[in-house]
Amino acid sequence: MAYQVNGQTVEHDEEGYITTLSDWSRDLAEEIAKTENVNMTDEHWAVVDFLREYYDEYQIAPAVRVLIKAIAKQMGPEIGNNKYMYELFPYGPAKQACKIAGLPKPTGCV
Amino acid sequence: MSETKKFLYVNRKAPYGTIYALESLEVVLIGAAFEQDVSLAFLDDGVFQLTRGQDTAGIGIKNFSNTFRALGDYDVTKLFVERESLDERGLTEADLQAITYEDENDDWAEKPSIRVVSRAEMADIMASQDVVLSF
Repeated sequence: MAYQVNGQTVEHDEEGYITTLSDWSRDLAEEIAKTENVNMTDEHWAVVDFLREYYDEYQIAPAVRVLIKAIAKQMGPEIGNNKYMYELFPYGPAKQACKIAGLPKPTGCV
Repeated sequence: MSETKKFLYVNRKAPYGTIYALESLEVVLIGAAFEQDVSLAFLDDGVFQLTRGQDTAGIGIKNFSNTFRALGDYDVTKLFVERESLDERGLTEADLQAITYEDENDDWAEKPSIRVVSRAEMADIMASQDVVLSF
């Protein structure tokens, strides 16, 4: 199973998470978002960028509770709250945003 | 609302070579969602898990030592390290990476999570727990 982006083939697992983290690009993120029926806005990108930075620093994708708390601190409570985050990513801000960000499924997600 | 229990995760093994250290850390991260009173203990070769400047490039394994610094985000803020275990391995607290958390009850002041304790203190810490999980 694979995504096609700019003539390149990027392998992913049965749930759509890419298998080689270094394959990620912003174009690929747009492509994954399309298959998830997510229309990427600046707010979506802010969450995706945050997740990538968090992973880069700590080598894990944060749990959703940690993600929302951190987003609230960084971008204010009007964005960093459960309702808004689930509007951005209806299938779960951690699960779906991590997929678009090219990260592994968050630790603790079944 | 169920009552909060005191959980202690005891880490006795070096970080790589066996899966214990990584498994323990993952259980801690998953368990943090249940909002219990969680502490971690590092003794014997487990103290090596917290050493600074780890480089796993040569063994082709993910370096998860940076993940310990995320524990504060999960409200895990008590990392007890046994002084005798450090001494026996020629290590001091300066060989350990700095791990901090932001105290929300103290205007988000940054505080150290690592507390070096004596073997006798560690025994008291263990005795005061409801649940002790050994890795």
